[in-house]
Amino acid sequence: MTLRGKIAVKTAKLVAKICLKMGRQGVTWAGLVARKIEPKILKILSDQVREKVYIVCGTNGKTTTNNMLCTTLQNRGKKVICNKTGSNMLNGVVSAFVLATNDDCTIDADYACIEIDEVSTKRVLPTLKPDYMVLTNIFRDQLDRYGEIDITIDILGNAIKMAPDMTLVINGDDPLSLSLAEKSGNRYITYGISEKVFDADEDAEIREGRFCAMCGAKMHYRYYHYSQLGDYECTSCGFKRPKIDYPATGIECGDHLAFTVDGKKINANYKGFYNIYNILAVYAVAENSGVDMDGFQNMLDHFTPENGRSEHFNINGTDIELNLAKNPAGFNQNINAVMADDKDKDVIILINDRDQDGNDVSWLWDVDFDRFGEDSIKSITVSGIRCQDMRLRLKYVDIPSTLEPNIETAIRNKIADGVKNLYVLVNYTGLYSTRNILKRMEGEQ
Amino acid sequence: MKITIGHLFPDLLNLYGDRGNIQCMVKRLEWRGIEAEVKTFSIEDEIDFSALDIVLLGGGSDREQMIVCTRLKEIKNEFKAYVENGGAVLAICGGYQLLGKYYETDNGKIDGLDIVDIYTVQEKGRLINNIFIQSDLFEMPIVGFENHGGRTHINANKPLGKVVYGKGNDGKSGFEGVVYKNVIGTYLHGPLLPKNPQLCDWLLSKAIERKYGKENANLSPLPDKEENEANKYIVDRYSDKVENFKERIRKLI
Repeated sequence: MTLRGKIAVKTAKLVAKICLKMGRQGVTWAGLVARKIEPKILKILSDQVREKVYIVCGTNGKTTTNNMLCTTLQNRGKKVICNKTGSNMLNGVVSAFVLATNDDCTIDADYACIEIDEVSTKRVLPTLKPDYMVLTNIFRDQLDRYGEIDITIDILGNAIKMAPDMTLVINGDDPLSLSLAEKSGNRYITYGISEKVFDADEDAEIREGRFCAMCGAKMHYRYYHYSQLGDYECTSCGFKRPKIDYPATGIECGDHLAFTVDGKKINANYKGFYNIYNILAVYAVAENSGVDMDGFQNMLDHFTPENGRSEHFNINGTDIELNLAKNPAGFNQNINAVMADDKDKDVIILINDRDQDGNDVSWLWDVDFDRFGEDSIKSITVSGIRCQDMRLRLKYVDIPSTLEPNIETAIRNKIADGVKNLYVLVNYTGLYSTRNILKRMEGEQ
Repeated sequence: MKITIGHLFPDLLNLYGDRGNIQCMVKRLEWRGIEAEVKTFSIEDEIDFSALDIVLLGGGSDREQMIVCTRLKEIKNEFKAYVENGGAVLAICGGYQLLGKYYETDNGKIDGLDIVDIYTVQEKGRLINNIFIQSDLFEMPIVGFENHGGRTHINANKPLGKVVYGKGNDGKSGFEGVVYKNVIGTYLHGPLLPKNPQLCDWLLSKAIERKYGKENANLSPLPDKEENEANKYIVDRYSDKVENFKERIRKLI
């Protein structure tokens, strides 16, 4: 390694240390400093990874998929670099490598699992050359930041072109992901859920991909799961759901998940249909890149997300489940998961509009909140910076709610007067603060 | 009484929670004991404008607007007649642009409905943020969120309001939206109507007046606590000079 590279690594580590002392995470600053001193730092360090470099992209499920992939590899006794904290822009990615170096400034790792924000791919892929990219899905998200979903797709398409040797692992049930893979010319493999699971009304939910991404004609669905995911075929040009390399069948989806892939029965102790996709994505990319999959079920049995995604707490006898819900597709899936629990429950919804959340909260009106009108929902409290928008949203589906801008007060109130079964749904910038509050309250008991 | 709302091409023009505008109109009619019907038109459907009292034309991406524009040409005359006859229209973002003569984008010119004498030109940089404006139609400000690459020029037409915070039609004139007969065109979503009940009721009363006469168009007041407070939140946030300054700095970085 060059002297310049070494200086970059040392300085960045020092910056991270100082930031940590000052009570800040410092991940972004460390990455920035390293990059400014040695612009090629990401390439230099990632080239030292012995086996494979994986990246995970997509609107929903990135962090869970990436962390699960990392755990799968670690369970095989492998050394893995991973941006576990979810710092997924260029500086965060650089930082993950820099902070993983040894004292001699070199990397000692078999694999790297890196989650990357879709828009940041255009800045990361010129230097990082991954072997695999997992693309979880493409949904409408943060329109104010990205402009439109078409813009996100263009950015991803251009970024993929910079890494022609990278294999794409895509959700074959998503026509938008498939069109991107087809147009890229890269090798791709697919996973998907290959049976009808829900009796859903097609027109009610599909908002994206209703028209063929290849020719613009109307798409026909044989069945669909949620949003635009399902078994689709263009009525005009023949663009359709491809043959699925890793199909899941025998789906069970209630208070736990189960399915069969590759002749193996997989069980997972989480709720949420979307988690089947996350598990499948990990299975597909790991199996395809030659990882021994024997211990996969064992990994799942012990895997705890610990990042506010379906995370459980018990405080003074109240069961609390915290979950991230940051766009219509994700929120609708969360509502399904909450309604899969027939017990009485209270719900707290926190909506912020900081830059990472998206300043535009109009997406709340694309979420099907009317399903919270059922009797088993005993109360809804709205919280966060835009709690008033949330309260107004619920008013127009005839659901009354209590306004409490402070999330800690909202949680304490429900522990005191609720039905002991509490769901807390928060969007992005509320996640870590809410998780910290819950952790602290759990410790106080 | 019964009011029929036509939602044009929501399968293509349905960005930013546009369906919230429909929900808002329906609820505010029903709460007053007025029947509401929503007719949703897909791109290939025939539209009978004589059966409609309010038309909503929402926003879409540039690609989706291209698809819609071909269809709009075929219904241009009927749509225009509906407007000239006092039909109420709410056109938002992409829908607002399509009301005019044309929308010039980097990928070509999209012909509009030519219902209002306005035109739009795409410029570098999107105008994105919360916005609030003061209209002379109402005392209460109109709040929303704007996100557009097009700059709309409204010629001698009446704007919907004066921009107090935000960018508006073209980021320069200081005006936002357009009002022509009973048509409102605007860049504001959020969605627009729930946080601006005064504007929703304006559209409803125009539609009722046209169908049932002026004597029936006086809408009974509703308890709008939640609506007013959500509106006031945005107004207060951007009337605060310190907050305003912080926001500007944040956008610069």
